[in-house]
Amino acid sequence: MTMPVQPLLRISHLRKAYGSNVVLRDLSLDVPAHQCVTLIGASGSGKSTLLRCINLLEIVDDGQVFLQGRDITDPRIDGDQVRTQVGIVFQAFNLFPHMSVLDNVTLAPRRVHRIARAEAEDAAMTMLSRVGLADKAKARPDELSGGQQQRVAIARALVAKPVLMLFDEVTSALDPELVGEVLELLAELRDDGMTMLVATHEMGFARQVADTVVFLDGGDIAEAGPPAQILEHPQDERTQRFLRRILDAGRR
Amino acid sequence: MADRPGAHSARPAAADRLDSWTPSAVQLDRLAYRRRRSRRSALAAAVSTAVLIAVGVLVVTNTPGWPQFRESFFDLSYGWQVLPQIAEGLWLNVRLMLICEAVILVVALAIALARTLRGPVFFPVRAAAIGYTDLFRGLPLILVLYMLGFGMPSLRVSWLPSSALFWGCVALVLTYSAYVAEVFRAGIESVHPSQRAAARSLGLTHAQTMRHVVVPQAVRRVMPPLLNDLVSLQKDTGLISVLGVIYDAVLNARIETAATFNYTPFVVAGLLFVVLTIPMTRLTDWVARRQGWAGTGGAL
Repeated sequence: MTMPVQPLLRISHLRKAYGSNVVLRDLSLDVPAHQCVTLIGASGSGKSTLLRCINLLEIVDDGQVFLQGRDITDPRIDGDQVRTQVGIVFQAFNLFPHMSVLDNVTLAPRRVHRIARAEAEDAAMTMLSRVGLADKAKARPDELSGGQQQRVAIARALVAKPVLMLFDEVTSALDPELVGEVLELLAELRDDGMTMLVATHEMGFARQVADTVVFLDGGDIAEAGPPAQILEHPQDERTQRFLRRILDAGRR
Repeated sequence: MADRPGAHSARPAAADRLDSWTPSAVQLDRLAYRRRRSRRSALAAAVSTAVLIAVGVLVVTNTPGWPQFRESFFDLSYGWQVLPQIAEGLWLNVRLMLICEAVILVVALAIALARTLRGPVFFPVRAAAIGYTDLFRGLPLILVLYMLGFGMPSLRVSWLPSSALFWGCVALVLTYSAYVAEVFRAGIESVHPSQRAAARSLGLTHAQTMRHVVVPQAVRRVMPPLLNDLVSLQKDTGLISVLGVIYDAVLNARIETAATFNYTPFVVAGLLFVVLTIPMTRLTDWVARRQGWAGTGGAL
């Protein structure tokens, strides 16, 4: 094979604006299969918008997103079908409060993938054990801690066997002592070979788990590279300033 | 917050940088495709609407009784002739509606607030408010109209007004206040307790908390169902014609019909009521849509 290996996700010259406010400009990024790419940057730098564009929750204003070589920003393709291949986990968990944990996890398999209830529940229980919450299957989301809710949300996204997982500041709404359990789960996923794009403020996670760290500023990539390089020896002046602010805030 | 991109403020770094973007070929192609598709769906909608209307008209006009039906319900020249009379009556309905609406909003909010009072001291107030809403939400409006409109004047209490118009309005207010009070109460209860806690923690009294924090949020939230009830009130003002001496649009139509045995005046009155409620209905939609945006903007 002489062809270069195709990245699982290719973002090419992406642009997204809300009115005159350009949130993403000419942003290009490759995420190879089985890699964990971490997006860092200040609030408003476009991390969340980028993830929402990839999951087709936003209509892009220009540029393309390729998932396994297929242009998913083409209006002719079925967005719902793409979303079944891409899992996303939100900052605020977004579990359905009127359903049990098990029903949250089995909703998409049963309604979207038309899997029989027994089979869907088996798969869901496997996934819940995987995130350490099998004993909470019958609980309502509001009976769980934030960390547990977020792990359910991750199980809910994983149960459809996505080829790509997006994490949108999944620990930002958690109490500090609950952050660890969620980040550990992300690290395990990465070790299992999941392809992940993780927007985060947790520099420790970026340093230990990420294959690539991407620093976003003002809607495009200021600097990208291995964690050791970006976090320890940033070349770009904006990255340096951002990291210094984080260090000053005592958030490593 | 972070999953609500619309809320991002423009960063100075991004805003200052020159934005030299011109749409790429891919983007132009996408835009053209979306335009084509929306044109096609607009066309499909127009065609299907036209077909539906044509079929409806054909079915109705081919019924055996259509000629007589048209004569007694859609007599254009007769309808035109009675229009001024009915429109004059409608003006009475409009005034009734405006006055009743104002009173209803005040009474209903008072009842809803009475139901939020806590503590054993207020038990009688709460009980009265609950009893009132239970009673008047259950009673058919037309019975309330009969009982008050015919019953009250027959008591012959000298200081009570004896006008049917007055008692008709009272019946509308009593009935609708019970409904609208429930709408307000739902709104008040939907405001999260943490808002109340925050207000009380600043030293606001229960009344101040309600006045400045809870009710403003509650009213905003229940605007669509509230307007829905008011639209319903607009047409129910036509019901007070059952009291017989109030020359509103419906009674005028009934008089015209009784004289000629032609029902066109009812159709005219009906159309006028529809025309009257349409602006209100559109306003309701608009408010609901705006609220919908505000409510789900960050949720997806």
